[in-house]
Amino acid sequence: MDNLLSIVTFIPAGAAAVMALLMRGEDAAAQRNAKWLALLATSLTFLISLGIYTQFDPANTGFQFVEERDWVFGLKYKMGVDGISVLFVLLTTFVMPLTILASWGVSTRVKEYMIAFLLLETLMLGVFMALDLVLFYVFFEAGLIPMFLIIGIWGGKERIYASFKFFLYTFLGSVLMLVAMVAMYADAGTTDIETLLTHSFSASSFDVLGIHVVGGMQTLMFLAFFASFAVKMPMWPVHTWLPDAHVQAPTAGSVVLAAILLKMGGYGFLRFSLPMFPVGADVMTDLILWMSAIAVVYTSLVAVVQEDMKKLIAYSSVAHMGFVTMGIFAANQQGIDGAIFQMLSHGFISAALFLCVGVIYDRMHTREINAYGGLVIRMPAYALVFMFFTMGNVGLPGTSGFVGEFLTLMGTFQKNTWVAAVAASGVIFSAAYALWLYRRVVFGDLIKGSLKTIQDMNTRERFIFAPLVVMTILLGVYPSLAIDIISPSTEALIANFNQSLAAADTSAATQIASH
Amino acid sequence: MIQADLSVILPEIILALYAMAALLGAVYTGKDKLASMLVWSTAGLMAALGIWIGTSGSGTQEAFGGMFVDDGFARFAKVAILLSAAAVLVMGQEYMSRRGMLRFEYPILVALSAVGMMMMVSAGDLMALYMGLELQSLALYVVASMRRDSIKSTEAGLKYFVLGALSSGLLLYGASLVYGFAGTTKFAGIIEVAQHGEISIGMLFGIVLLISGLGFKVSAVPFHMWTPDVYEGAPTPVTAFFATAPKIAAMGLFARVMHDAFGHAVSDWSQVVAVLSLLSMFVGAVAAIGQRDIKRLMAYSSIAHMGFALMGLAAGTEMGVEAMLVYMAIYVAMNIGTFAFILMLQKDGQPVTDIQALNQYSRREPGKALAVLVLLFSLAGVPPMLGFFGKLYVLRAAYDAGLAWLAIAGVIASVIGAFYYLRIVYFMYFGDEGEDLDRTSSPVLWVFLMGSAAVMVLGIINMFGVDGAAAAAAATLVH
Repeated sequence: MDNLLSIVTFIPAGAAAVMALLMRGEDAAAQRNAKWLALLATSLTFLISLGIYTQFDPANTGFQFVEERDWVFGLKYKMGVDGISVLFVLLTTFVMPLTILASWGVSTRVKEYMIAFLLLETLMLGVFMALDLVLFYVFFEAGLIPMFLIIGIWGGKERIYASFKFFLYTFLGSVLMLVAMVAMYADAGTTDIETLLTHSFSASSFDVLGIHVVGGMQTLMFLAFFASFAVKMPMWPVHTWLPDAHVQAPTAGSVVLAAILLKMGGYGFLRFSLPMFPVGADVMTDLILWMSAIAVVYTSLVAVVQEDMKKLIAYSSVAHMGFVTMGIFAANQQGIDGAIFQMLSHGFISAALFLCVGVIYDRMHTREINAYGGLVIRMPAYALVFMFFTMGNVGLPGTSGFVGEFLTLMGTFQKNTWVAAVAASGVIFSAAYALWLYRRVVFGDLIKGSLKTIQDMNTRERFIFAPLVVMTILLGVYPSLAIDIISPSTEALIANFNQSLAAADTSAATQIASH
Repeated sequence: MIQADLSVILPEIILALYAMAALLGAVYTGKDKLASMLVWSTAGLMAALGIWIGTSGSGTQEAFGGMFVDDGFARFAKVAILLSAAAVLVMGQEYMSRRGMLRFEYPILVALSAVGMMMMVSAGDLMALYMGLELQSLALYVVASMRRDSIKSTEAGLKYFVLGALSSGLLLYGASLVYGFAGTTKFAGIIEVAQHGEISIGMLFGIVLLISGLGFKVSAVPFHMWTPDVYEGAPTPVTAFFATAPKIAAMGLFARVMHDAFGHAVSDWSQVVAVLSLLSMFVGAVAAIGQRDIKRLMAYSSIAHMGFALMGLAAGTEMGVEAMLVYMAIYVAMNIGTFAFILMLQKDGQPVTDIQALNQYSRREPGKALAVLVLLFSLAGVPPMLGFFGKLYVLRAAYDAGLAWLAIAGVIASVIGAFYYLRIVYFMYFGDEGEDLDRTSSPVLWVFLMGSAAVMVLGIINMFGVDGAAAAAAATLVH
C-alpha cells in the first residue's frame, strides 16, 4: 500500500469524526457504543501499523513508506518513517487501545472523551511520521488542544490551573520553534525535512544585542528548538508543568502523557536538533549534559518526599527523561541507541505505573500514599504487577528499564565521565523512592478500615497489564528486537553529525587563517 | 472615454444607485415595513456583485485619469468586503427585527459604506482616497448609533464620530503635506517624486500623518482607544459589521497608499508600521485578559489581529502584502463565525455578553460549543486551524524582510493572547454549573457558525485557493 502511513494516522480521526457527527445521546447505550467504537478504531490502527513493522527494512537508513503531496504556501504533505521514528509509531498504536480500555469506567461525557483521545492519537502519530517542518509543527502543537480538554474536563480538583499551565507552558516553548522554522524555510527555501537534513546552516559567529553568539545561526536555531523540546521532554528546570498535569489528568491522560507525549521532545532532538544544527548542539552539549545529570539526581530526591503517588511517578519520569537527554547529547552509538530504547521502555513502564495508580484510585478515589498500606493481603495479583513495574522503573536487569539506563550511562561515560558518575547515583535514588513507595502502599498491615473490602484486579485490568508485562520482559531479555531496527539509522545520524562538525571546524579554521 | 471610465466603476455605480433607489422606495412605501426584505436584497446584491467581481475582472484598468484603479489587489479586497458585508447583514437581521431595531436605513447605510470601501481599495489618488474613506466613515458613524434610545449606542456613535473626525483631520493634513512636497495628488506622480533621490522631510511628515490617520481606521495601537467602547456600545450586528468589512477596507487602503504612493520609500515607513504592529499585538493581547464582556474582548482581539496583519505590511514586500491579504481573509472568516455565536447568546430574550454566562455551555449545546472551540483556537493561532496559517504567512514575510525581532515579539504576544481565548473555552467546558441561557434556534446563525468553523478546519487542505488569489493580488500591487 502506498499510503499506509496516512491510513494508520487518520483511522482514529475518522472514527472521531463518525462519533462527533453521527452519534447522539448520552444514555448508557450511546456511551457503550462510543467506548466500543474507540476500542475498535485504536485496535484496528494497531493491527494495521503492524504492517509497517513487518515491511520495514532495518538495513535501509533512509525514510521508508514515503508519501508526498503538494500543500499550500510551498509546503508539502510528506510522511515517512525511519529507524528512529518507526518504533515510536508502534509504541503509540500499542499504548492507545490500552488507554481506551483503562478508561472503561469513565461515565461523564463519554463521547467527547473518546473523541479527544482518538484525535490525540492521530496527532501523535502525525508527529512521528511528518517529514515536513510545518506539518510536524501542526501535529506537534495541535496535540495540545485535546490534552488541554482532557485535563480540564475530566481532571482532578486543581484541573483548571493544571490545564492552563500545561497549555501555556508548552505553547510558549513551541512558538519560538516556529520562528526558527520560518528562518529555516527562508534559509534553505524548503520545509522538506529530508532535504533539510542535508542542508548545512551557517555556523559563523556573530553578535546579537552585543552578545557574541558562538556557532551563529545554528546556535540560535538550536536554542529555539531546544526551548520547545526541553519543555516537552521535560528537562530540569522547565519540568514543573509535568507534575501538575499528571496529578490532575485522568488516568488515561497520564498514561498518554507519560508514554507518548513526553517522547516527542526526545524524538525532536534526534530528528532536528542533532542532525540539523550539529555546531549548535556541540556548543550546548556540556550544559545539557549537566542539566540532565541535575535532573536525574534532583528530581529523584524530590520524588522521595512526595505524598501523592502520581506526583512521585511524575518526578520519576522527569528523572528518566534525564537519562534520555544525556544519552542523546552524548552523541555516540550507545548513548543514542540507549536513549531511544529508554524512551520506549519508559513508554511501557511509566504507562503501567500510572495504570497501577489508576487501579487503586478507581477503588478508593485518593492518591495519597498514606491512605494505603497492606494491599498485598487483599490484592495479591495487583501487588505482583505493581512490584514488577516498580522493579522495571528501578532498572532491574531483565527488564527493559535496565537496558536503557545502562546504555545511556555507557554512552555518557565516554563523553563526560563526571556527568555519568553523578547520574549513576541517580539510579540508587530511584531505587529508594520506588521501593519506599511500594513498601508504604503494598506492604505492612492492612489497618485502614476503608481498605478492608478492596477488591483485586478484575479481568479487564489484568488484560490491560498483560501486554505491558510481556513487552517489558521481552525488551529486557532480548533488546536486539528494538536495537537492530534503531541502530542503522542512528549510525548514519552519528556519522553525519561528526562529519558536519569536522567540516565546520575546517571552515572555521580557514576563516581564521584568511583573516 | 467617459464610457470606458464608467464601465470600470460599474459595480460601485450599481450599488450606489441601488442604495438610492431603495431609500426612495422605502420612504414611499411606509418605511420599516420593507426593512427585512431590504436586508435580504442588499445582501443578495452585494454577494452577487462580489461573485461577479471575483470571476469576471482581469488585468489592470484605470479610470478618471488614474483616480480609480481596478487591479487584482482591489478585486481581492472588494470580494472580501462585499461577501463579508453580505454575510453580516443577513446574520443581524433576525436579532434586530426581534428587538425592533431593524430600520430600513440600516441595510442602505451598509450598502453605502460598502461603496465607500470599494472606493477606498481602488483609490489611485489622495482625493479619491479621502472620498471613499469619508463615505464609508459617515455611514458607519450613523449605524454605530442605530439605537437612539440606548445611551451606550449613542455614546458609541458620538465617540466614533469625534475620534474619526480627528483622524480624518490628521490624514488630510498628511495628504496636504504630501501634495505640497510632491506637487500632485496622484499616487503615480507621488511615487515618481519619491523615486528620485532622498525623500524630503516634509513628505516624511506627510507619510507619518497619513499613517496615523490610517492607524485610526484599522484601530492600531496607539490609535485604538475608540475600538472597545464602540464595539461594546453598538448593537451586536453592527459590531459584527465593524469587525469585518471596514477592517479589510482600511487595511487594503493602507497597503494601497503605502505601496502605490510610497513604494520606493519602504525603508522610511516600514519601521513606523512595525512599531504600530508591535504595540497592537501586545496591547491587544494584554488588555483583553481582564475583559468580562465578550464584545470588548473581541475588540481587543481585533486590535491584536490588526497588529499581525500590519506585520505583513511592515515587511514592505510582495510576500508581505500577500500575507496580509491571506491574514485578513482568514480573520474575517473567523470573526463572522464568532459574531454569529455572540448574536445567539441571549437570556430571557435579552442579549447577553458576559463571558461568565457561558458556564457549561458545552453541556447544553455540544455542537455549537465545539464550533466555537474551533474558532477560538483558530483566533489564538493554534494549529491545525486556519488561523495558524495566517500567522505563519505573516511571520515568514516579516522574517524575510529582516524583521526577525518583530516575528519573535509576535509569537510571544500570541501566547499571551492565547490565555483569554482559553478562558472562554474554560467557561464553556470546565466552568461551574450556571443559569441556562435561552435555547435559541436560528438556522441562519447556525449555518454561519458551523460554516465558519468548518472552514477553519477544512481550509488546511488547500485554503480554498485563497493563497493563490492573494499572491496574484499582491503581485499587481507591489512592483
